[in-house]
Amino acid sequence: MKRFIGFIKKEFYHIIRDKRSLFILFGMPVAQIMLFGFAITNEINNVDIAIYDNSNDPTTKKIITKINSSKYFTNKQRINNESEIASVFKKGRVKAVLIFEKDFDKKLTKEYHATVQIITDATDPNTANTISNYVTSILKKYQQEVNNNLSTTYLIEPETQMYYNPELKSVFMFVPGVMTIILMLVSAMMTSISITREKELGTMEVLLVSPIKPYQVIIGKVFPYIFLSIVNASVIIMLSIFVFKMPVAGSLFLLGLESILFIINSLSLGILISTISQSQQTAMMISLMGLMLPTILLSGFIFPLTSMPLPLQIISNIIPAKWFIIILKAIMLKGVGILFIWKETLILFFMTVFFIGLSVKKYKIRLE
Amino acid sequence: MQKIRYIIQKEFKQIFRNKAMLPIIFIMPLIQLLILSNAATFEVKNIRFSFIDNDKTSFSRALINKFEASNYFDVLENFDSQKKAKQAMLKGDVDIVLEIPNHFESNLIRDKKTTLLVSINAINGAAAGVENVYINQMVQQFNKNAIVNLKKSIVTTPISNTSMLKTIDSIPLFWYNKTLNYKTFMVPGILVLLVTMISLFLSGMNIVREKEIGTLEQINVTPIKKHQFIIGKLFPFWMIGFALLTVGFIFAKLIFNIPMVGSILLIYFYTAIYLLVVLGIGLFISNFTDTQQQAMFIAWFFMVIFILMSGLFTPIESMPAWAQFLTQFNPIRYFVEVMRMVLLKGATLSDIFPQLIKTTIYAFVMNGLAVLSYKKTN
Repeated sequence: MKRFIGFIKKEFYHIIRDKRSLFILFGMPVAQIMLFGFAITNEINNVDIAIYDNSNDPTTKKIITKINSSKYFTNKQRINNESEIASVFKKGRVKAVLIFEKDFDKKLTKEYHATVQIITDATDPNTANTISNYVTSILKKYQQEVNNNLSTTYLIEPETQMYYNPELKSVFMFVPGVMTIILMLVSAMMTSISITREKELGTMEVLLVSPIKPYQVIIGKVFPYIFLSIVNASVIIMLSIFVFKMPVAGSLFLLGLESILFIINSLSLGILISTISQSQQTAMMISLMGLMLPTILLSGFIFPLTSMPLPLQIISNIIPAKWFIIILKAIMLKGVGILFIWKETLILFFMTVFFIGLSVKKYKIRLE
Repeated sequence: MQKIRYIIQKEFKQIFRNKAMLPIIFIMPLIQLLILSNAATFEVKNIRFSFIDNDKTSFSRALINKFEASNYFDVLENFDSQKKAKQAMLKGDVDIVLEIPNHFESNLIRDKKTTLLVSINAINGAAAGVENVYINQMVQQFNKNAIVNLKKSIVTTPISNTSMLKTIDSIPLFWYNKTLNYKTFMVPGILVLLVTMISLFLSGMNIVREKEIGTLEQINVTPIKKHQFIIGKLFPFWMIGFALLTVGFIFAKLIFNIPMVGSILLIYFYTAIYLLVVLGIGLFISNFTDTQQQAMFIAWFFMVIFILMSGLFTPIESMPAWAQFLTQFNPIRYFVEVMRMVLLKGATLSDIFPQLIKTTIYAFVMNGLAVLSYKKTN
């Protein structure tokens, strides 16, 4: 036991003495959470638009004021010529041009019908579609106001309630993802590199002939990273609660347990990678390409899984991060207990058992 | 000149003899291009929709039919109680519950006004916003038809009144990408990502590797000058960047059929300068690290920040002002802009001039710093 503690101490020294890696290890989660919390959002607002008003009458002015006061649009530039449209798009700032037809007001009062053209720069289809929807709904609202005094209107009004994230903050969506990625990075990538490093430097041989048992070597290697991961997870949860006012609606205790399950899962992946790779570079590349990228892309972290093509949706099922993100969102935002997430937990659990089993089978105590 | 050529020769030999790295350089990025372009989408479709119909009339049924006919919504379930709907939402089986109240039709006829209850799972705030707009549009269209249909059934109101309603039609026109194909948007951006990532990681790890193995010292004692060494080191990666871009273009054209409206030559010209920036950063990193692991770690750290702040996945305009200002220092941002502008919109040299100038300045600064910080002595 004393030997084992000594071994764990050695591992801690290894980590603590590499100042640069340590800085990244703790700086990365903070920087990413801050970026996602304060800077990055997948919402669409502050879009630059240009207005080409052919009629300049009270009605178009009223509509333009309505559009101006919306938070979605900024920098409403005026253009006076159809040929200008292509050039403003090519400069890249303006994303949409609204064209009001001639005699807008007259047509609306006399013919009860007028048209607005919404030309969008659809190189970004999502933004284009959203802008065009926003403008349309502003126009429809105006239309309703105009028609309101007509008693014959029938009106069905949807009353919308936004659940779990009433202010539609994108940080709520990103925090679980960032936490997953950081835990994956620290647990899987760092562990695999640290074990292969001993192999590469030849010190693994020394460890294997020492009186420490092979399983103790692995547990000793992994232990500091469990500790680091827990510290990282706590920092992220604290930041999200205190800085971004993200609620933890469910039980913190359950959240902790699930996080530890996921950490063990990632560690076992890390061990598995280290058993199949011979050099640090290979281990790094396998972790980056094989673990990090699928975790970022196919876990529902940034991109919704339901919008992906079916083959990718099927592949996403074998990615542990997907299940952990579902669990995190359920506990933190929906506030549910284990009854609602036992299925996901069980999947994670069996994945962990599988990875550990596989790495025990692959682990060699003899050198080739 | 002669010396530089020898160094370049040595570098190329080293790259092509490392059989493990070659697939990572050329095959990995292309697989990523395939997967990423399919996975990276913010489109909101296949919305998991469910409803509670308390009215159970042909009128309420017609409203549901409308949702069923739309290709944005997957109408999954018809719940008979609010409680069950709530449970399904908590479990994550559905994202939207539309509740049609009792006496929906009769209230509408009597009061000329009625409400629908819509509950949306808003964890993904942006998607929830879009879903809300879609639902409003569907209901509005239904409104329009309903007025006409109800009028016909209630003879007491004169039909002529409907034509008194003022309507403002909006005609959306989508330029440059009429079918709103998301891949047209993503593939050029992802190409930027791959070219940048591979050249940064390779150049960042290259010199540090010589340091770690100890061969850098051997080079330091030769008569090779600092600038010769650096040019010799960077030139192969500059070429690899071009090769990657070319292969990527071929893939983009053949597999994704990405329109290439603008001048490809202009993109190559811009890339030539841009790659200098990336290689400069890589060199800078390798001057300040001792092991490949550290170099990789630091490169990865900055790469993640650069990618996130580049407008590749999320719009820059939506960021707060200070963050938008910070993106000015992000080379990836400029390349993503140039790539999309030239390929998809056919922008010309004068359109991308600001980006070109900033990238050129960046290239000078980064390479200057890298050369200054490289020391032949320890």
